[in-house]
Amino acid sequence: MSESRQRIWAPVLILVALVILWETLVTAFNIQQFLLPKPSAILGNLAQVVVHGGTASTGESAAELSLGNRFFVVLPGGLTPEIEENLQNARWVEFPFGARSVSVVRGSNLTPILAASWFTLKEALGGMAMGTLAGVAVALATTRWTASREALLPFAIAANSMPIIAFAPIMNNWFGIDNPFSKMAIVTVMIFFPIMINTLRGLISVDSRSLELMRSYAASDTEILFKLRIPNALPSLFSGLKVAGALAMIGAIVGEYFGGPRIALGVFITQEAALFRFASAWAAIIVACLIGITIYLVILLAERLALPWHPTFRA
Amino acid sequence: MTEPVVVLENVDKIFGEGAADQVHALKEINLQIEQNDFISLIGPSGCGKSTLLRVVGDLIQPSSGGAVINGKSARQARLDQDYGIVFQAATLYDWRTVAKNVQLPLELMQFSRSEKDRRTQAMLELVELTDFAAHYPWQLSGGMQQRVAIARALSFEPSILLMDEPFGALDEMTRERLNLELLNIWRKTDTTVLFVTHSITEAVFLSTRVIVMSARPGRITADIAIDLPQPRNSETRSNVRFFELETEVRNALRISEGGQAASRAPA
Ligand SMILES: Nc1ncnc2c1ncn2[C@@H]1O[C@H](COP(=O)(O)OP(=O)(O)OP(=O)(O)O)[C@@H](O)[C@H]1O
Ligand SMILES: [Mg+2]
Repeated sequence: MSESRQRIWAPVLILVALVILWETLVTAFNIQQFLLPKPSAILGNLAQVVVHGGTASTGESAAELSLGNRFFVVLPGGLTPEIEENLQNARWVEFPFGARSVSVVRGSNLTPILAASWFTLKEALGGMAMGTLAGVAVALATTRWTASREALLPFAIAANSMPIIAFAPIMNNWFGIDNPFSKMAIVTVMIFFPIMINTLRGLISVDSRSLELMRSYAASDTEILFKLRIPNALPSLFSGLKVAGALAMIGAIVGEYFGGPRIALGVFITQEAALFRFASAWAAIIVACLIGITIYLVILLAERLALPWHPTFRA
Repeated sequence: MTEPVVVLENVDKIFGEGAADQVHALKEINLQIEQNDFISLIGPSGCGKSTLLRVVGDLIQPSSGGAVINGKSARQARLDQDYGIVFQAATLYDWRTVAKNVQLPLELMQFSRSEKDRRTQAMLELVELTDFAAHYPWQLSGGMQQRVAIARALSFEPSILLMDEPFGALDEMTRERLNLELLNIWRKTDTTVLFVTHSITEAVFLSTRVIVMSARPGRITADIAIDLPQPRNSETRSNVRFFELETEVRNALRISEGGQAASRAPA
C-alpha cells in the first residue's frame, strides 16, 4: 500500500522539482523566451486566471470583455472572432475568494490546442487501428503459411530499420495534404512493423512441450492457433502496442510538420514557432506529450485487463 | 483374444546428424504391451525413457523400426485421441486457470458443458486442488502444477496413459496417495499405463511389469513381471515377494549400469 503510494509520489516530486529548477534557471540566467520559455509562461497559455472585480493584473495590453456580469481578461494577441467564440462557449469555475470571486478562464490558447490535439489524436488512433489490424493480420497469415514467413521476414526486418517518416511528404502528396488519411497512412506504415514482428514472435515462439501437448490431443491447426498461439502472443502484441503508441503521435505530428490543415497540432506548433509565439508552441508540445503518455497508460491498463494471468501483475 | 495395445518392433532413435553429436537414444527396442498392463520404465538418467514414451505417443518419429498402437499406426492412435500424456515438466498454459487447464482436452474433444464441469470438479478433488481452481499456474508450487497436469491427463479417460515421472516432484504422502488413486483409476477403466519413474519401490508397487533400460545406446536390459496380488494396497508393501522383486529390479539396474561402465572402458 505505502509502497505503491511511494511509486506514484516519487516521480511526481521529481517532476515538480524539475519544473521549479527550470523556472528558476530561466529567470536567473535571463534566458530569452525563444530559446526556452518559463514553465509558468507555458502553463499560462493553457489556463489563465482572471481576477474578477477590475483588478485585472495580467498583461498591460489586455483587452477587457464583459459578458453578463463577469469580467474576462484576454491576454496579448487581441480579440479574434475565434477567441470571442471560445469565450462564449467557455466553461467557468468560480472560487469564493474573499469578498469577490475568481474565475478561471480556459484560456484563449487552450481551446485551439485542444481542438488541434483532438484532430491529431484522431489521425494517430486511426493509423494505430489500421496498422495494428494489418500487422496482426500479416503475422497470423505468416504463421499459417511458414513458407511465406521465410520469404517475407527479411523484408520486414529491412523495412523496420527504414526511416518511414521520410515518406511523409509522399503520403501528403498521395492522399492530399489536408486529408487526415495522409497522416493515418504514415502512422499505419510506421507501426505496422513493430506490431507485426512482435505478434509474429509471440505466435511462433511457442514452447515445444506446449505444442506437443496440443499434438497429443490431435488438436487442429486452428485450435492450436486459438488456444495456444494467440494467447501466447498477447504479451508481445502489447509490447508492440506500447512502441506503436509512442510512434503514432510522432508520426501524426511530424507528418503535419510537412503540411496539413490549420486545425492540426503539428501545423499549430510550426505556425506558433514561426510567429515567435514560443510559449504557445511549447504549450502545444506539452499537450502532445501528455496525450502520448495517456495513450501509453491506456495500453497499460488494457494489458492489465487482458492479461490478468501475467506474472508481471503479481499482486 | 484382444490384440496387444502397444507393439514396438526394432525401434531405433538416433538424434543429431554427423558422427560427432549423434546420440543413439534408443537401440533395437522390442516391446509388447497388453491391454490393462501397467508398465514401468526405469533406468539411469538419459537412457531414453522419455524418448521411448514420445515414440509411442507419436511425438517423434523413430529413425527405424515401427510402432503399432491399438492395431493402428501411432499417428492414427494420436489422431483418435487415444493418448493421455503427463510430461516430465507440468506444461500448463499460463493464461488458463487451474480448472481451465484441466478442461483443455475436454474442450478439444467436444465434451458437453455439464460433463466438462463434472469431470473438472472430480479431477480437482482427486488431486486435492479444488480450492485452487481459479488460480493461475504461477501461483502454484511445482508439485501442485504437476498435480494439475495429472488431472488434465486423466480427465478424458484416455485408453493409453503415458506418464513421465509424474510424481517426481511430490512429497512422500501425496505420492503414495496418488499411487493408490492411479491404481484405482487404472483398475476401474480399460486404461493401459506406460509409466516412467526413478523409484524402484514405486515401479514395483504400481506395475504389472517393470522394464529396465541402460544408457547409450538406450536398450531394454530386463523385463521383470511383477506377480504381486491385485489389488495393491498398503499391505502389498509388507509382502515378502515385494522385497524380492525390489531386489531383483535393483540388481537388474546395477547390471545395466555396470554393463554400461564395462562397455565404456575398452573404448
Ligand atoms: N530432441 C532431442 N535432440 C537431441 N538429443 C536428444 C533429444 N531428446 C533427447 N535427446 C538425447 O537422448 C538421450 C535420451 O534422452 P531422454 O530424455 O529420453 O532420457 P531419459 O531417460 O528420459 O532421462 P531422464 O531420466 O533424465 O529424464 C539423451 O542423451 C538426450 O541427450
Ligand atoms: Mg526423461
